[in-house]
Amino acid sequence: MNGDVFDDEERTVRALRRRVMPQDGSAADAAGAAERLAERAAREELLDVSYTTIDSPFGPLLAAGTERGLVRLAFPEESEDSVLERLAARISPRIMRAPARFDEVARELDEYFVGRRRAFETDLDWSLIGPFGKRVLGVTAAIPYGSVLSYIEVATEAGSPRGSRAAGNALGSNPIPIVIPCHRVLRTGGALGGYGGGLERKRWLLELEGALQTELS
Amino acid sequence: MSSTLPPFQAFLDQHRDVVWRFLVASVGRVEADDCFQETFIAALRAYPQLGGKRREHNLRAWVLTIAHNKALDAHRARSRRATPVADTLAVGDAAAPAEPDGARDEELWEAVDGLPERQRSAVVLRFVGDLPHREIATAIGCSEEAARRSLHEGLSKLRKVVPA
Repeated sequence: MNGDVFDDEERTVRALRRRVMPQDGSAADAAGAAERLAERAAREELLDVSYTTIDSPFGPLLAAGTERGLVRLAFPEESEDSVLERLAARISPRIMRAPARFDEVARELDEYFVGRRRAFETDLDWSLIGPFGKRVLGVTAAIPYGSVLSYIEVATEAGSPRGSRAAGNALGSNPIPIVIPCHRVLRTGGALGGYGGGLERKRWLLELEGALQTELS
Repeated sequence: MSSTLPPFQAFLDQHRDVVWRFLVASVGRVEADDCFQETFIAALRAYPQLGGKRREHNLRAWVLTIAHNKALDAHRARSRRATPVADTLAVGDAAAPAEPDGARDEELWEAVDGLPERQRSAVVLRFVGDLPHREIATAIGCSEEAARRSLHEGLSKLRKVVPA
């Protein structure tokens, strides 16, 4: 069509870019501005879910929280994208990275992993957990550090004595492992049973707490 | 599933650079940060209501629309504050905050600043965001034909300053 005009425009655009775009700091500036956004969003009560990654002996854990408290802790195998996408669908798409909001959780986890903490004090948000799961994980959350219960015992205490399989499922979909200590639930007789984060980690956590030796001896 | 929006952080990561460059080009480095915060706070406020009907390129045009409006607000606020033009230009260079990027080109920026609003946005969206005419039209809220015309007129004026 009007090739000359178009070429002319293209040339001008390219010349503009050459003169304007060599801003080396531009991407870093944009990243910095984007980082400051989370705090402002929180102040204006527009941040429904914040998240960060926290170093651990298992690798980086993805932690997500709402104004109520920690809502999700994910092992490194779970893809960050899919965890965040599910949080967007289940809670709200207003999700931003905000590491500063997890200082307390990170400190408690650090202490726990080196054996200097026996109970978590950080607030929890139970909204990803269904009614039955709330009963099962509620019982589980009350198992003291270093102790274990069997699936049947947990199901019974949750009010469903014949529901040990369902209890196992509820434990398996615990959205806040470690902090809600589903690793403290074993098979009757002491076999490890299952664990969302892998049996090796379950054994590691129980050894850290000194629970495994007691069970076996 | 397909109707859910990406997490806002993913949206921000994807579009922050183009919005930043657009704002630096439209209002300058110093005011860009404020405009950037205003743009994404407004986007975050409206975000959950977008629903799943927007596709990727629409999200970009959408956030650039917001950025365009924030840049206009900044320009208008500046011209309300401004002393008469002759003074600004004379004093302006000495008083202007040092730009971190030495590449900033006062002559060119004054020419871009001096364009009528729609032409300025069309030009900046084209050379910063590399947006097609259709997206420029969405961002500045006009027909594709009007966007094409604004871009053409804007570039013609700049060509005097920037020989191709």
